[in-house]
Amino acid sequence: MKKLITNVESCKSCKYCEDNCPKDAIKVNGKINSKGYPTVVVDEEKCIVCGICYNVCPDYVFEIHECEV
Amino acid sequence: MVIKSKPEACFVDNKYCPGCGHGIINRLVAEVLEEMGEEKKAIGAIAVGCASLMPDTFGIDCIQAQHGRAAAVAVGVKNCRPDNMVFSYQGDGDALAIGFSETMYAAIRNDNITVIFVNNGNFGMTGGQMAPTTLEGQRTTTSPKGRDIMATGAPLNVINLMKTLDVAYLARGSVDGNANIMKTKKYIREAFEAQKNKEGYSFVEVLSPCPTNWNKSPQDSMKHIRETVVKTYEMGVYAERRGDNA
Repeated sequence: MKKLITNVESCKSCKYCEDNCPKDAIKVNGKINSKGYPTVVVDEEKCIVCGICYNVCPDYVFEIHECEV
Repeated sequence: MVIKSKPEACFVDNKYCPGCGHGIINRLVAEVLEEMGEEKKAIGAIAVGCASLMPDTFGIDCIQAQHGRAAAVAVGVKNCRPDNMVFSYQGDGDALAIGFSETMYAAIRNDNITVIFVNNGNFGMTGGQMAPTTLEGQRTTTSPKGRDIMATGAPLNVINLMKTLDVAYLARGSVDGNANIMKTKKYIREAFEAQKNKEGYSFVEVLSPCPTNWNKSPQDSMKHIRETVVKTYEMGVYAERRGDNA
């Protein structure tokens, strides 16, 4: 099963992922990271792991992993 | 098991402002070079400006060129090491203002290098001054009432100039949204392929947001590219000669 992994320490709150997510699964209102930016939160119920967030992110926050169920 | 993650070359967090397009373009260059298996042999000539933040966080060999001279440095490197992929990575202030002569003469000579040109419409690192690519009416710190084209001339569309020359590949992409990022990656790939096939000069312009100096949020900056910037700088492939080893 594919899973979206987020490295929130890299996040700079630009919200490109929130804008481009086709399923509205990403919100940038998570806890504040060490750089001082609110970070991304992924709703795993809605996420279809399409990888668009990976593509639009300037800060390499997202990774897609294959996980065992 | 990792299916998709950042390229190895982007080994630490980049130093750009939030929402800067350079981060995406750095990743596209690294991805393309890794897909072509050239990442160990590629050499980049890096411009002065925001582009000069790239070598600190980019795991591919780079040379910091003097202001505006990245294309000339890239030509020199390519002449010494013709089997290595050589690219220059430049912003609009560097490539079209101070380095216009170097950029154009590399194109006129049809030197076998790839130029990645990031167009964000101002001199970003020095505080958002007017650049040759600044749009008509756009406010910058040196044109606070908006760019007056009667006084400063029209925005410089360099691809229109290069179209008249004998070059291998010319394209303009953008980083606004997933579809355009995918297209830009394809253009960068084709530009490097042209270099690999010894076709000659390849040039990819990428429209990029500068939220800090445009005084807009990152989202509004992308909207500005979609609605305004592309009217002056139309995207697409302007020249290619596939399979012609001239």
